[in-house]
Amino acid sequence: MRAVHVWIAAGVLLVGSYLSLGIGAASSVGVADLFPPTADEWHILATSRIPRLMAILMAGASLSVAGLIMQRITANRFVSPSTSGTVEAAVLGILIATMLFSSTSLVVKMLIAIVTAIAGTMVFLQMLQRIQHREGIVVALVGLMYGGVLAAITTFVAYQRDMVQYLDIWTTGSFSGILEGRYEPLYIVLLVGVIGYLFADRFTVIGMGESFATNLGLNYQRILYIGLVVVSVMAAVVVVVVGAIPFLGLIVPNVVTLLLGDNVKKVLPLTALAGAGFVLACDVVGRTAIYPYELPVATIAGGIGGVVFIWLIMRSAKGASV
Amino acid sequence: MTFLQARRDRTTRVAAALEHASPEERRRRTRIRVILAVLGLLCVVAVVAYLTYDVRGSWDYAMDLRTRQVGSLVVVGAAVGASSLVFQTIAGSRILTPSVMGFDALYLLVQTIIVFFFGSATFLMMGVAERFLINAGALVLFGMLLFRWLFGRNSRNLLVLVLVGIVIGSLFNSLTSLASRVLSPNDFLTLQDVMFATFNTVDGDLLWIVGAVCVVGLLALVPLLRYLDVVDLGYDSAIALGLPYHRVVTLTLAVVTLLVAVSTALVGPMLFLGLIVANLARQVVPSHRHTDLVLGSVLVGILATVAGQFVVGHLMDNGTTLSVVVNLVGGIYFILLLMRTVRL
Amino acid sequence: MISVRDITHRYDKQVVLDEVGLTLPVGQLTSIVGANGAGKSTLLSVISRLIKPERGTVFIDDLDVQTAGADAISRRLAVLRQDNRITARLSVVDLVRFGRFPYSKGRLTPEDHVVVDEALDYLDLQPLRDRYLDQLSGGQRQRAYIAMILAQDTDYILLDEPLNNLDMKHSSSMMTLLRRAADDLGKTIVLVLHDINFASCFSDHIVAMRDGKVVVQGTPAEIMQRETLREVFDMDIHVQDLNGMRLGIFWTTGAPVGPLPLAGQPETDGSPGQAQDEQAAEFAWRA
Repeated sequence: MRAVHVWIAAGVLLVGSYLSLGIGAASSVGVADLFPPTADEWHILATSRIPRLMAILMAGASLSVAGLIMQRITANRFVSPSTSGTVEAAVLGILIATMLFSSTSLVVKMLIAIVTAIAGTMVFLQMLQRIQHREGIVVALVGLMYGGVLAAITTFVAYQRDMVQYLDIWTTGSFSGILEGRYEPLYIVLLVGVIGYLFADRFTVIGMGESFATNLGLNYQRILYIGLVVVSVMAAVVVVVVGAIPFLGLIVPNVVTLLLGDNVKKVLPLTALAGAGFVLACDVVGRTAIYPYELPVATIAGGIGGVVFIWLIMRSAKGASV
Repeated sequence: MTFLQARRDRTTRVAAALEHASPEERRRRTRIRVILAVLGLLCVVAVVAYLTYDVRGSWDYAMDLRTRQVGSLVVVGAAVGASSLVFQTIAGSRILTPSVMGFDALYLLVQTIIVFFFGSATFLMMGVAERFLINAGALVLFGMLLFRWLFGRNSRNLLVLVLVGIVIGSLFNSLTSLASRVLSPNDFLTLQDVMFATFNTVDGDLLWIVGAVCVVGLLALVPLLRYLDVVDLGYDSAIALGLPYHRVVTLTLAVVTLLVAVSTALVGPMLFLGLIVANLARQVVPSHRHTDLVLGSVLVGILATVAGQFVVGHLMDNGTTLSVVVNLVGGIYFILLLMRTVRL
Repeated sequence: MISVRDITHRYDKQVVLDEVGLTLPVGQLTSIVGANGAGKSTLLSVISRLIKPERGTVFIDDLDVQTAGADAISRRLAVLRQDNRITARLSVVDLVRFGRFPYSKGRLTPEDHVVVDEALDYLDLQPLRDRYLDQLSGGQRQRAYIAMILAQDTDYILLDEPLNNLDMKHSSSMMTLLRRAADDLGKTIVLVLHDINFASCFSDHIVAMRDGKVVVQGTPAEIMQRETLREVFDMDIHVQDLNGMRLGIFWTTGAPVGPLPLAGQPETDGSPGQAQDEQAAEFAWRA
């Protein structure tokens, strides 16, 4: 049954992706021109539209999968890269990189962002251990506030160096700057995603607690760190290339698991597809809503994501009070 | 006649309280008085320091500007301190203050709506007082609705509502960023201007109005204080002791809304100021009586805003803004509070 | 006299009180017993106007609790609930002074101070009067609350599971204290209790509830019968008479028939295995 879901979702996404190639600033290339494209049209597609599509698909998929993995590791539905400081720590890392080495390559920025993202997430996991009241709502609040504090530090530093306007590039995710040659590091997430898939079951097990995992013969710390690295790399790479997309990693895995249950191995591919599809839809809306201008994907995803998040909170609150 | 009677009653009450207090209790009372006196003194020192530190150029000009600045700081500190403390008591939780419960998000919403529907031209052409009145009026109205909605529910869900409030706040951010692309650049600048707390430019006349409203609000709070002591015992005990619970809560909320609305409308949102101030006051003033606690919170509030702005404005030479510092410190403090919270 | 007339109350759609009618005798100690969810605490909340019932009325003497003024009721009836979440930094004497709130609204008169001192004396709390509540043990804190209730100087006192979180020693002294208050001070005391043996040994009157209804009420001797208890608790409880005290042996489901060993004598058939079973049964019952 589940295999059918995955194939249907993949098919829908494929068709949607193909059609989305017909949308863009150069109005000479429309949907009709895709069958088949001329040499000029192909140039536009290859340098701008295909890179953009790939970036959308990978960013959407990886942030959603990162959220899913985090939710399994912490056994908490309200944890995700954007509600646990991971994204904010990555932004801080990028700022530090930009300040330390004025003309930095994407790769250096990315490495530093990965390091700070890992560190930031680790601090959150440490806080999680010390929280007295480990209910989802409290954890989500702590995570959001922690992210807010990191963001405040970033703003504070940027304010001193007169760099506040640069922050917007990374805090507000957008695909408008994606061109051939400026997104390729994103392919790292595919590699990391495979690792995540291989460890999927083990993430679920360590989510049940250290003693439970040890009892089953797993090395709790090692798997925790693998999960941490997988999640942080995914989030940091996306933030460097695209910018943050709020709530994505929170709502997509939640909605998918609501529909299809909790088994990570089965849910993970579908979460990736759903995340990619959701971001693609948001981007298409962003590109067409006030055409020829563009709305950044973060704005649209943030709006929809916020509403869905509130719905999830209300839902869980209702469940808890019964 | 009745006044004399009241005075005599008070004298006998005080005498009886003294007579029935143990030495330990008297020692504690003295300690609380000393602490409050020291806080008051520190406030005076902070205000004087703010006014006179390193005046360059025209003394009169500096005094005029700084008096207005310090006036708004004092008004905001006092209003936020008092309202946050009594709000905590009513909500029965130390991590909840009006700002945390979404009042700031509400402020942003009201601003966005006003700019969106009237456009910045109208917004800017309105006199300072008119704009303030519209702002404060809308905030009082929406605030009453918000709090009614909050307190009409099971108190167990309060944290859920905090979370919803925060998410709504980030939704407004998305909306603002949307608006920045839909609104004309002028409209957006106007909007952005009112979204951050600022003490640097406060209209003198406005300050008098707001100051007067705050004094009225604080005075209205005074007769409620001894009832709030009972509210602190929890709903069941308060009812059992014959407290008109709903009337006390409604009246207090009305005053809180008024105080928060005018102070927010004066300088803009300061999310964590109330949280820091009220909790600090509860730690510094070892009393359960709201007469002591609210006075302490007012003083801590004044001290925090005046001293904070002194550091940011004078010592750091406006290298950052007070609200950024408050959010940074307050955010960390809030996380610590949340982590220690055992009960919702 | 407390008279409860035809009270019906629901949470969501669940009926928790089903047309309860009850008259509680004056000057006596009455215990309300029953299984979890039988409606005991809800009934107590309705009597003490913490919950407004869907239907029915409660009278304290001639006062309808729903319509009479809040402070008129609080001068006749004091209530202590189970969870007293106090966040304020209160000393014992501060807490007890709150008992005078119905009279002086927080502005204590010389007479109020005298009453507060009497309450502290009565509960031997003078040595602890300046301690903060969070520095007290569970038993001491419970005593401080009782002192507040006594300072409220009401004819009627309602207590919801006053033995909750108290160990055996403190439970026993708490019950002795309440008994003394009923006898010496002529208070009418109503308790919700979980332990039928405490109810049996200390009450004048027992009200037994099940599924939101009063199943039976009467003296301990009338209630502490095997058939009656089975009807109330759905358990086979053997009742033993020990020097006039009627004790229910509820630790085993299949009650041992015949005389049990007297106090002080070693248990004859107390094999380790059986003891474990009894423990398990008790835990199951407590859960």
